[in-house]
Amino acid sequence: MEKRSRSFYTLATFFALFLLFLYGPTITIAILSFQGPQGGLTFPMRGVSLHWFRDLFEQQAVGDIWGSFSRSLTLGLMVMVTTVIVSVMGGLAFRKRFPGSGAIFYLIITSLVIPSILVSLGVGLIFSQSGLAVHWSTSGFGAQLTWTLPFGLLIMFAVFNRFDKSYEEAARDQGANAWQTIRYVVLPIIAPMLIGVALFGFTLSYDEFARTLLTAGSYNTLPLEIYGMTTNVTTPVIFALGTLTTAFSFGIIGLFLAIVVILNKRRSRHGSDAGKGMV
Amino acid sequence: MTDQAHLFIQKEAESAERPGKTGPRAPFSLARLPDAVTGWLLSLPLALVLFCFLLLPIAMIVVVSFWGATEFSIYPAFQFDNYEFLLTSPVTYQVFFNTVKYALITWAITLVIGFTVAYFLAFHVRTLTWQIILFLLCTIPFWTSNIIRMISWIPFLGRNGIANSTLISMGVIDEPLEWLLFSDFSVILAFVHLYTLFMVVPIFNTMMRIDRSLIEAAYDNGASGLQTLTNVIIPLTKPGIMIGSIFVVTLVMGDFITVRFMSGSQKANVGRLISNDIALLQYPSAAATAVILLVTVLLVISILLRFVDIRKEL
Repeated sequence: MEKRSRSFYTLATFFALFLLFLYGPTITIAILSFQGPQGGLTFPMRGVSLHWFRDLFEQQAVGDIWGSFSRSLTLGLMVMVTTVIVSVMGGLAFRKRFPGSGAIFYLIITSLVIPSILVSLGVGLIFSQSGLAVHWSTSGFGAQLTWTLPFGLLIMFAVFNRFDKSYEEAARDQGANAWQTIRYVVLPIIAPMLIGVALFGFTLSYDEFARTLLTAGSYNTLPLEIYGMTTNVTTPVIFALGTLTTAFSFGIIGLFLAIVVILNKRRSRHGSDAGKGMV
Repeated sequence: MTDQAHLFIQKEAESAERPGKTGPRAPFSLARLPDAVTGWLLSLPLALVLFCFLLLPIAMIVVVSFWGATEFSIYPAFQFDNYEFLLTSPVTYQVFFNTVKYALITWAITLVIGFTVAYFLAFHVRTLTWQIILFLLCTIPFWTSNIIRMISWIPFLGRNGIANSTLISMGVIDEPLEWLLFSDFSVILAFVHLYTLFMVVPIFNTMMRIDRSLIEAAYDNGASGLQTLTNVIIPLTKPGIMIGSIFVVTLVMGDFITVRFMSGSQKANVGRLISNDIALLQYPSAAATAVILLVTVLLVISILLRFVDIRKEL
């Protein structure tokens, strides 16, 4: 191997600093969440304790953290499943141009770039003017889909752009009908990418704030609850909550990545060539 | 007979030979529908969601922007009062200027950082495994909460925070710096922290698709590293840069929460103007501001889209 140039070390240092910048603050609040009971929002640490975590599990003076967590979890799963199904269908549809496909494509881009507060405001106005009650599982759910679907679809477009169509032709030649081709050939090949779409669907919903702000109704999701806390909580309890929910996110990301790795390992063990149909 | 007609007849014959389980007629099959119908059916759920939660809300905002409001309620009308008030108020221009300022500064910083990081990943990391690992490290924060990531800056930037106490103990300053938190500085710092990965991902993606032999050809013809960068890599990376720019610019222009939180409500951008009106139940005025913001954002995007064909870049 050729020797590393000086620019490599400069860039590597830059990259390391970037990672420090990216993760430093998160690590800091993780440390600070173990403050002693007398500790404040910054260093020095006044003892080390689980005081602030214990605080989270006790009856809350403000808000309803565990209720909002379970709502966020449910909503995240709903959005995840919908995002995967709708994105796969959309991805399949967009493999061929059809009348109106250009318009839908620009709608997807609009959905991605439109300021979140507009979706929040617009959906909120529609519900209030038509006398419907806003609720996280109806208006909140729809508003979040406008954020997760573009990501899911862009991934599916990228996937199908690289999809080797000869696998499908082979299936059809062997007498598979359209549904069988999709079920037994296309879906297994794109399965790892679907895990990726699911990850986007869940985490983007779980952390979504702006689009849920005016569409969640009287029951808050977790990010709304946390935002509410920032204005009236001045103890490290907010760091403890932040650390827990970040740890939860990391856990979810790790879980999805593990599924992808296991899927790939199982395939190579069984000598299957599924997943190699990408060019 | 054309080939297509021939194929069609052949298909009909085949389906006649294999009768479906449900009856004498062939089973319902997507493959036998015209392409357009298949396309419509498959994109129906998508179109429905986008119609109900994107198009209708935008239409509603446009309609409500012409309505009137009392202190407690809003009423249907067709008046230009909201726009007139907006466009004649100096605050509007100041706030729009601020919004554009945040967008431009954040764009410039994230572009430099994002390009450098992507360049390192794409051209200096040698094995695919390490590229994937390091790339994932850059993207993981995207899947965690923005609000928590903003809160995480408090222990750093506060009056008694890490930055100030370090600088004081090093003897660089005597008094704590007041402008670290709740200032333009902290707002832009948070923007860069939150959105740089939106630059890294598309730029890295484009760079990975650059044919390595082009770079070798440049070196073989005597180009220096810098010349290769400016004459080969940067032009070929332009689509990624454009997509990243679209993300960063629209995210910053549409933001209201970062500005509110990181400036301690001392600075304003258009998003905050809207959210303040909402808090005061002045929906028509909020809607009018939203319409102007949307038009501005779409204008910026349409300019940026002239430089890149997104469908080709996926």
